[in-house]
Amino acid sequence: MQPAELSATEIVAAVRQGDLTAVRCTEAFLDRIARLDGSINAFLHVDREAALATAARIDERRRAGKPIGPLAGLPVAVKDALCTADQPTTCASKMLAGFRPPYDADTVARLRAADAVIVGKTNMDEFAMGGSNENSAFGPVHNPWDLARAPGGSSGGSAACVAADMAPVAIGSDTGGSIRQPAGLCGITGLKPTYGRVSRRGLVAFASSLDQIGPMARSAADCALVLETIAGHDPGDSTSLAADVPHYTELLDQPLAGLRIGRVPEHYAAGLDPEVRAGVDEAFAVFRTAGATIVDVELPHAKYGVPTYYLVAPCEASSNLARYDGAHYGVRAEPGKGVRAEPGKGVRAEPGKGVRAEPGKGVRADEFASPLVEMYCRSRGEGFGPEVKRRIMLGTYALSAGYYDAYYAKALKVRRLIRQDYLEAFERVDLIGGPVSATPAFRLGEKTGDPLAMYLVDLYTVATNLAGVGGISFPCGFTKGGLPIGFQLQGPALAEPTLLRAADRFQRLTDWHTRRPKACA
Amino acid sequence: MTTQPVMPEPYVTVIGLEVHVQLQTQTKLFCGCSTRFGAPPNTQVCPVCLGLPGSLPVMNRAAFGLAMKAALALNCRIAAFTKWDRKNYFYPDLPKGYQISQYDLPFSADGWLEVADPKGAFARKVGIVRVHLEEDAGKSMHDEAVGTADSRIDLNRAGTPLCEIVTQPDLRSPQEARAWLNELKLLLVYLGVSDCNMQEGSLRVDANVNLHVPCPDGRIAKTPIVEIKNMNSFRSVERALAYEAARQYDEWQATKAELGKIPKQTRGWDDPAGVTRAQRHKEESSDYRYFPDPDLVPVTVSDAQVADVRAAMGEPPAVLRQALAERWRITAYDAEVLVNQGRELVAYYEDVATRVADGKVASNWLQQDVLRTLNERGGMIDTFAIRPEALADLIGRVQKGDFDTSRGREIFAEVLASGRSVADVVASLGIAAVGDDELVALCRELIAENPKIVADVQGGKEQAAAGLIGQAKKKNPNVNPGKVRQMCLDLIRGR
Ligand SMILES: [Zn+2]
Repeated sequence: MQPAELSATEIVAAVRQGDLTAVRCTEAFLDRIARLDGSINAFLHVDREAALATAARIDERRRAGKPIGPLAGLPVAVKDALCTADQPTTCASKMLAGFRPPYDADTVARLRAADAVIVGKTNMDEFAMGGSNENSAFGPVHNPWDLARAPGGSSGGSAACVAADMAPVAIGSDTGGSIRQPAGLCGITGLKPTYGRVSRRGLVAFASSLDQIGPMARSAADCALVLETIAGHDPGDSTSLAADVPHYTELLDQPLAGLRIGRVPEHYAAGLDPEVRAGVDEAFAVFRTAGATIVDVELPHAKYGVPTYYLVAPCEASSNLARYDGAHYGVRAEPGKGVRAEPGKGVRAEPGKGVRAEPGKGVRADEFASPLVEMYCRSRGEGFGPEVKRRIMLGTYALSAGYYDAYYAKALKVRRLIRQDYLEAFERVDLIGGPVSATPAFRLGEKTGDPLAMYLVDLYTVATNLAGVGGISFPCGFTKGGLPIGFQLQGPALAEPTLLRAADRFQRLTDWHTRRPKACA
Repeated sequence: MTTQPVMPEPYVTVIGLEVHVQLQTQTKLFCGCSTRFGAPPNTQVCPVCLGLPGSLPVMNRAAFGLAMKAALALNCRIAAFTKWDRKNYFYPDLPKGYQISQYDLPFSADGWLEVADPKGAFARKVGIVRVHLEEDAGKSMHDEAVGTADSRIDLNRAGTPLCEIVTQPDLRSPQEARAWLNELKLLLVYLGVSDCNMQEGSLRVDANVNLHVPCPDGRIAKTPIVEIKNMNSFRSVERALAYEAARQYDEWQATKAELGKIPKQTRGWDDPAGVTRAQRHKEESSDYRYFPDPDLVPVTVSDAQVADVRAAMGEPPAVLRQALAERWRITAYDAEVLVNQGRELVAYYEDVATRVADGKVASNWLQQDVLRTLNERGGMIDTFAIRPEALADLIGRVQKGDFDTSRGREIFAEVLASGRSVADVVASLGIAAVGDDELVALCRELIAENPKIVADVQGGKEQAAAGLIGQAKKKNPNVNPGKVRQMCLDLIRGR
């Protein structure tokens, strides 16, 4: 039995029955990471010993006849934006290099309590800002389907590691499409749950009102399995929803007959790749075969999604990222040494020991109001990458006195209109279908010189987050060049059972999700 | 030497206050850390108040309830819907780079608190613009030692709940500002909202002040508003405001600069030097980029919740003063003195007054003996050595005529010094009631020995009888002077 060929559901069943040990399963995936990740760069941190020790404890408990959790022995890769008490948590930023949080994110704690085995932390765009994973301070992730191409982002490492069978499931986070878009570009299944369905506690914040954690796996059924564990109310997150968690896996079997799926004409605007369009049309046909009806719906304000998103998210980010000031943790700039990581060293500011800027190295010392300001500027200047700085500046500007009403306040108004669009559409249909991205995976470096082109990769995904509803993406075909094409379903608040059931039904009728990149055999 | 008539100032001082009060909660506003003062630095912290990545705030309901209590006592309107906003600025003692505060929708607004006119004439209502809730920052400790300029940060205080109370510019003199602050402090301490300890930083005051100057043409000129910071006691608030008013008047005479012509200035109070000094311009102008905190949900408050808080509030000092005066038939002045000492002293007073069934007598003993002792020796009423039942015992003996008030005072002092009971002290001093026969015999003796005084009294000079009392005390220290006097007069006249 090759663990890498099993679904998460099969792995959990095999471990439970004793057909597979957690150690053997974990080892198999760790071996694949060791063999493949040199060329993919999906992981920022792998703790082989800790993972095997956890797996061994689970096996021991099972052998002793003691109870084991619902995900016992399942290897899980976790995006490096989620805090893990025993592992570095960097958000792929130099700013947090060496930072080890003293606590687990709620999602990580739930995974551990369910006896999942955390195999490592996955690469991402720095602070989850980006759609190609090229904004990582630790190098881009390579798409397993074509190593010269981007895996999408920001959860690019999570998507790529699942696509390359380096982990059966991974945890991602989605602020404007960061689970669904890379899942689509890497040919896997990714679910962005309703805002508040999964606790954000311990997720390093990018844009708090949009961020949502979700599962990424090879199938909708596997996403359902993981969601059952990570969803639920957390009293430590005021924005987490109190609603009961359904047994998602048990709700998959219901047929789709009578399901109404909306189709948005605006999604077919110029810029949609013809091969992607063909794949999406075929997907609609599959749903029709399964008994669903396809209805055209309008989301009239969807076209303002990207500009609205690129105001709301940077505004929140500019504030969320203010804490990285060099005074408390993470990196602090020192004279002539670039940045220094100072993990968990308590709190201590050293304004008097201010750094001296050197001639010809950018800022001059006399430009700083005080050594303290100099420490802030140097630490942030050297610790953050260019895209993070760009968004902090955008957000700071949009929140400034005199601009707030024209930008942030207006963006909130449009956001309400977008939410209203969805509410009205979901009176007519159960789900809304369409492309995840306008194009298949693009080449690494293709868009890095053009931030605006890069921002458009979120075209079909940002509105879901602005509306606070859920969405799932899964493969619906391949281009002639062998790149996956993604299909997206969006549903109303707490419609995860319907999203998962529809995607699962699609996967029972098609085999796109079972295809594997040749490079990773 | 001639006394100068007091000239009224040629201007009106207009003052508004901004008071920050730490709420007396067990835990911080958005996490479970203790708010205890004085713990070793950075021992009362957690990921939330340290602002560690991924941490999230959760509102402390108890803090919100306490803040509502303060706002209701300040006669504010409680908003049915309120939200949290982020105030963004960089400072090392602000670990998140923003403070969670309230911007455009504070939880309460439009209140007032009366202040007695310092000249005692009448009470004036001082308007309250708003009361909002926010988290405190940590503390920076700057090491001033030569050669090192390290700053250290203690985040124990970070996240402690703070109420910000902003008044209308309704105060009209430095004395009035101080009196109002005293009343505010008394109110908040009475309600158990805050200990208002300025030394520990649980009450902080900033003041806005300018002058309204009547001009010869009948117009009222307004001088630019100055904000004063760094005042560490109510006394320094009064001094700083007095200094600033005088300074502004001098400046007005020199420059004639009016409100709106120059930007608002911030000045720091230098207490030892007794002057305000302009602070650097950079520290004044900030753009805090307020926006709603997406980590917290808005708070809705129902009428029932407001009613619950109101019902559990207890009597605020102003109500208690009136109630005490009526209940015990004491003057408004006496009631004020007692109430201003705090709730514990009022309880002590009412205990004694009930036992001796005389509010006026109890009030006299409280003010002249108990309070004087506390003032001289320091200490709190709840640990005062003479408990209400002992004081009532002593007063009761005076009321019965066992001995007079001055003898009672001696006993009070002895009880306090020795820690013995009133009965013990009375016995050990040989104080025993003087019988009527004994008193008659003693007075006859005095009359026989003092023919001159007897003649004076018979001649109409009744006050001459006072000369007999000192002699009586020498013969028997336990005699009651009043009784001696009356008995002697009766005997002389009866002759
Ligand atoms: Zn805390």
